[in-house]
Amino acid sequence: MRSDDTGLLAREPGETSYLTEGTTLRSWLLSTDHKRIAILYAISITGFFFIGGAAATMIRLELFTPQGDFTTADEYNRLFTLHGVIMVWFFLVPSIPATLGNFLLPLMVGAKDVAFPRLNLMSWYLYIIAGIFTLTALLLGGVDTGWTFYTPLSTLYSNSYVLLAAFGIFVVGFSSIATGINFIATVHLLRTKGMTWMRLPLFAWAMYATSLVMVLATPVLAMAMLLICAERLFGLPIFDPRAGGDPVLFQHIFWFYSHPAVYIMILPAMGVVSEIIACEARRRVFGYQFMVYAMLVIAVIGFLVWGHHMFVAGQSPFASMIFSFLSFVIAVPSAIKVFNWTGTLYRGSIRFSAPMLYALGFVGLFTLGGLTGLFLASIPVDVHLSDTYFVVAHFHYIMVGGAVSAFFGGLHFWWPKITGRMYSESFARFAAITLFFGFNFTFFPQFILGYLGMPRRYHEYPPEFQVWNVMSSTGAVVLAIGYLMPLGYFAYSLLNGKRASDNPWEATGLEWTTNSPPPKHNFLEPPVVLTEPYAYHDWDEAPGGADETTQDEPA
Amino acid sequence: MSAAPILVEPFEEPERQREAMVFGLWLFLATEILFFGGFFFLYAVARMQDPDGFARGGAHANLLLGTINTILLMTSSATLTIAERAARDGWMRAARWGIIFTLMLGTAFLVVKGFEYREDLAEHLFPAAPDFSFAGETGATRFWSFYWFITLVHAIHLTIGLGCVARLLWLERQGTLARRWMVAEVTTLYWHLVDIVWLLLWPLLYLVGR
Ligand SMILES: [Cu+2]
Repeated sequence: MRSDDTGLLAREPGETSYLTEGTTLRSWLLSTDHKRIAILYAISITGFFFIGGAAATMIRLELFTPQGDFTTADEYNRLFTLHGVIMVWFFLVPSIPATLGNFLLPLMVGAKDVAFPRLNLMSWYLYIIAGIFTLTALLLGGVDTGWTFYTPLSTLYSNSYVLLAAFGIFVVGFSSIATGINFIATVHLLRTKGMTWMRLPLFAWAMYATSLVMVLATPVLAMAMLLICAERLFGLPIFDPRAGGDPVLFQHIFWFYSHPAVYIMILPAMGVVSEIIACEARRRVFGYQFMVYAMLVIAVIGFLVWGHHMFVAGQSPFASMIFSFLSFVIAVPSAIKVFNWTGTLYRGSIRFSAPMLYALGFVGLFTLGGLTGLFLASIPVDVHLSDTYFVVAHFHYIMVGGAVSAFFGGLHFWWPKITGRMYSESFARFAAITLFFGFNFTFFPQFILGYLGMPRRYHEYPPEFQVWNVMSSTGAVVLAIGYLMPLGYFAYSLLNGKRASDNPWEATGLEWTTNSPPPKHNFLEPPVVLTEPYAYHDWDEAPGGADETTQDEPA
Repeated sequence: MSAAPILVEPFEEPERQREAMVFGLWLFLATEILFFGGFFFLYAVARMQDPDGFARGGAHANLLLGTINTILLMTSSATLTIAERAARDGWMRAARWGIIFTLMLGTAFLVVKGFEYREDLAEHLFPAAPDFSFAGETGATRFWSFYWFITLVHAIHLTIGLGCVARLLWLERQGTLARRWMVAEVTTLYWHLVDIVWLLLWPLLYLVGR
């Protein structure tokens, strides 16, 4: 049988890949192959993405008119809590690390697998168990506290299924800790011959920095969730003000995780975008070392800014000033990254392929999200904008405009490697553009709404806000089309796509030196690295010319 | 001399594999330190807000049983370390007895803790109970909330530790422990962490009111 037209498992005679090593369900569910675990994760997070998306759809439907005609106030509370919980912990946090990261990190460092393959599989099972807890809470009637679980609402007053949902989040935390430990150990101990630290692709560095944040921040969330469980289950009055407890203390430990969690979502996106931009502009990444240090600095300073979520929660003004200052400081490494991506494009021969469109979209949306973050980091402005739609728009620009665009970009970029099939380039470009416009159409009006003073988390609003809300809801339809299209052409590519060559984009990086899709143990023989990453052109064509110094021997 | 270790995917050299296991476990210990760190932070803030209330509540903690438990755990750390070193050097009899003593000491800790809980309940020291001794006293209430919460969390950690040590005994009976002594090494690391957390809890819970 000819291989070109027989679907996903088709192969040349004698050729095997990780996809052909066992086709039973059991061979997938008990596989310790990082590539198969990545696929398991990809399928499950897609499911959660559509659950969270369904909640978002209902939110936008309700906000189409000023009256609360589609849901009651209580149902609305449960909808946005569901949306937040599912999207943050069951989609965004695992999205890039657990799928693309799991698949690519061992390939990029030239390893056979991650350091602890069984722990890797366990991480997926923990994710599924946690998902079952959270979905049970949802099916029983939902949670109405918002994804932040603020006390004393969550501990004393809420009549919803806080315990189940909080426990689900406790468990899903262990799944990301397991991934983090695995990635750090993989980068430290399984780099192949010649793969020095400063030859690691930026995506591998991004996974490393993300994993540091996962390992060091998630346990504090676990403690916060466990305390809520203890208070609800045993009635131990830990945050109860009547017993001398301090509800703001909960906010401190919650945000000690949840601010760094933003970097768990955005650092992997930065890694993906660095790979795509370098390849599609055919340029070395401008200021590679600065890009590395910027990511590490973001990971570290990310731990020191959590108080900017409590400017109006009665925090000491001196603490607020320090947190405000540090939040401005963290903008510096973020800006370095944006400038360096732009610098990478300089003198490049740019291909406006689908992954590149997503990556360029990321740079724009991330910049807008980051700059509005500075507004919120400055105390006087934040007092006005706190808890308004400005905040909602800001973090959606980072987490959806940024992280999800990059995730989609990465999915397209590595799709041929993962599946061995090409997708339809013109459909993909169209989807990328639809997503970019749909996103801005949905969320830009929310900046204006917030500036005008519309508070978040209400199902009704004064009629003068309607025009912006209608715009936003209409944009959400466009955005949804942008999200749904890839499902269609990716499914088609699995069934009928053209066979991909090993390196269809002529990219650098070890993952492109092996077969598409890769064999079970990634490489037929252990690869050896002789050059620095992104050797897309000679050094004397780089900015600075021939006198540019490197630590590595020339390519 | 130690026997040639069993290799598992994706490792090709025993030294690398051991390095990875120990490194991975230290990373896990870092997460545990941050986990308990969240608790110690809350405890520190709460005690600073009302040191006298904490002292009044803490005076009722059972110092005798708490101290006995501290001694039991410290001893178990020693016996497990002996077992681990013995396994590495191929002294399997010493390893077996070290593991068995550790299991006995760890179980004894839980039994003593159970008796202590019974006495605490008899003295009405559970904050959510209607007949709580310190009802209305905020400092002492918070102290006892923290006490119940963290000792339970610690007991869960210890129970998991007992499971891991029991697995060592199982490996020993299978005859593979000599070739998998790294498993004993990382189990010991975890066990020490559980001990060290208790060593911090002992002054915070039992000495704070004296
Ligand atoms: Cu923040």
